[in-house]
Amino acid sequence: MRLSKRRGLGLVSAAAVTALALAACSGTSDTDSGSDDGDFTPLTSIKLQLQWLPQAQFAGYYLAQEKGYFEEEGFDSVEIVPSGGDIVPQDALVAGDVDFAIAWVPKVLGTLEASGVELTDIAQVFQASGTTQVSWKDSGITSVADFEGKRIGSWGFGNEWEIFAAMAADGLDSTSVSITTQDFSMNALLDNDVDAAQAMTYNELAQLLETVNPATGELYTMDDLDVIYYEDTEGAMLQDAIWADTQRLEDPAYADAAVRFLKAIAKGWLYARDNPEDAASIVYDIASNAEAAFPVGPVHQLWQMNEVNKLIWTGADFGVVDDAAWKKTVAGALSATNQDGLPLITTDPAASAYSNEYIEKALAELKDEGVDLSGSYTPIEVTLTEGGQ
Amino acid sequence: MTSGRAQGGAARRWVPVAWGAAGIVAVALLWELYKFVGPSEGVVIGQVEGEAGSGVLILPRTHDRAMPHIWTMIGRLFEPTSGGSTPPLFVSVAQAALLSLGIAAVGWLIGVAVGMLLGLVMQRWKLLEWGLLPWIVVSQIVPLIAFAPVVNAIGNQIDRGGTPWPQWLSVAVIASYLAFFPVAVGVLRGLEAPDRIHLDLMRSYAAGYWPTLLRLRLPASVPHLLPALRLAAANAVLGAVVAEVSIGMRGGIGRMLIQLAGQASSDPAAPWGPMFGSIVLGLIAAGSVALIGLGLKNYRRGEATA
Repeated sequence: MRLSKRRGLGLVSAAAVTALALAACSGTSDTDSGSDDGDFTPLTSIKLQLQWLPQAQFAGYYLAQEKGYFEEEGFDSVEIVPSGGDIVPQDALVAGDVDFAIAWVPKVLGTLEASGVELTDIAQVFQASGTTQVSWKDSGITSVADFEGKRIGSWGFGNEWEIFAAMAADGLDSTSVSITTQDFSMNALLDNDVDAAQAMTYNELAQLLETVNPATGELYTMDDLDVIYYEDTEGAMLQDAIWADTQRLEDPAYADAAVRFLKAIAKGWLYARDNPEDAASIVYDIASNAEAAFPVGPVHQLWQMNEVNKLIWTGADFGVVDDAAWKKTVAGALSATNQDGLPLITTDPAASAYSNEYIEKALAELKDEGVDLSGSYTPIEVTLTEGGQ
Repeated sequence: MTSGRAQGGAARRWVPVAWGAAGIVAVALLWELYKFVGPSEGVVIGQVEGEAGSGVLILPRTHDRAMPHIWTMIGRLFEPTSGGSTPPLFVSVAQAALLSLGIAAVGWLIGVAVGMLLGLVMQRWKLLEWGLLPWIVVSQIVPLIAFAPVVNAIGNQIDRGGTPWPQWLSVAVIASYLAFFPVAVGVLRGLEAPDRIHLDLMRSYAAGYWPTLLRLRLPASVPHLLPALRLAAANAVLGAVVAEVSIGMRGGIGRMLIQLAGQASSDPAAPWGPMFGSIVLGLIAAGSVALIGLGLKNYRRGEATA
């Protein structure tokens, strides 16, 4: 805590120095505020921090790189930095190690309140939540209210807040529901160590469906399972968003880079929407050549691509933060208390915590350039195989 | 491990090898035997009907997800790591193991250097022994998973400050933290090992500290030093693997194990690849130290086994 606070202070002072330096530089050119016509040197080299290892969840960013969309938007080099859990994206952004970061909204809200730093959600890539709670068909857990007295698996590490928010909406907390930490495999459910396990539609749910049911000798199917989608509950929270440094956004060069960056990744995600098979295979190739990423096999990546597309292309404008969904996320974050009785946040986040200014500008420019982001995603049929290979 | 046995005939030299192989076969047989006779869902006591996860598992589950067959695990080693055209698992395991081995070796070197220095100064000045030894013992109580992120955070700050500090260096430092302990204690005991009569002889020669150290104490410390170095090697490997996992460094065998364990529901044999890899790693590390022992053959009288 103290470390991150100190880091935050360091950043604030660094930002202040930068701002002073920039003020000194821009003093020479007479500029109006808000105009960005050549009174700064455009950023051409940026870094993006992911929240996990390369996989189809991040397809849009890798495609922007592979398909040259970053170059089209004037970037010479964009480094996509994976995280093996060692790097917390928002912390890396605060520390100035990267220029933009992908992170779930509730996790960042927690960081913002705990450390007092300022970050801005400049694009809400995933419009819907991909978190589910999965149980066996015969166990009778079809809604969050059924959690009462049951043993519920959760990952922790900030991935658990939707569970607690959904429970809070049903008047449940960790005194009435037994919350157990589960690992990232689905063995806890398969061995009946929990009544319902947490699973992302695009990852762990697929892993379950890639496992052979010893009773039948065939893979498990959705008919064997009851799935509660948190998106349908009061606990739904916004997930993968692109975060920028709030104070740095006052620097016209950074703000301009943000818009160009969003244009490039919007094109990347558009490619993934229209060519899911190709996108999944490109990401799989990148992931399997990445250092020690050990992705689950190609079929799994295709499943993930399909599910991720469903979360992104919900019919809303790409990347625009839906105010209602934001408010729901904040309300959930305020109401949730974890198994240790600790809240995620206690006050509303600052108004600067999200801004549609940059994504709207990016979308408008893309429209002028004839890139059509309207339209929806047509889900494909993915037949899973054992082990996703 | 006594020198007498090693100097025996060629046939007798194969005896330990045969015993080693028999041990591995016995473990494999036990595994398959328990898998065959043990109940698929294990033995749980105190289970409440209809309550998931209740009771205590006293005998492990034996189904294919919990205990894959030995031949499934070995077969998996020759299948692609991540499906598609990725290299076979054993190749990935070997690469990861080599990286971890390198880091552990650096950690071992740091640990041995620090441990020897500590042992030397503690032997030289009794006051330092009284002052340092309790702290050295206490240092090993600190849980590694609590200590590792601190080292990583310090390393990151140094790196940010401009001095390059790659992540593997943090792992090596953590490995050395486990490795220095047996060396410090072993060197101290070893340097104090010479008999009173030999020390008195040196004194009667009017030999000072350095000649006594070089001609008497160091040679006499070898039987204590070698087991300490071996322990340090095993500790360094253990420290490196745990540190990789707790600070999230990629590329090593610990990280690979965690990655594949996360996919263990649908691919249960895969995590056993890096598990075998880390066993081999530990053997290689301990074996390399045995090579040092060969060079010091003349001093290995009455070596304590460890």
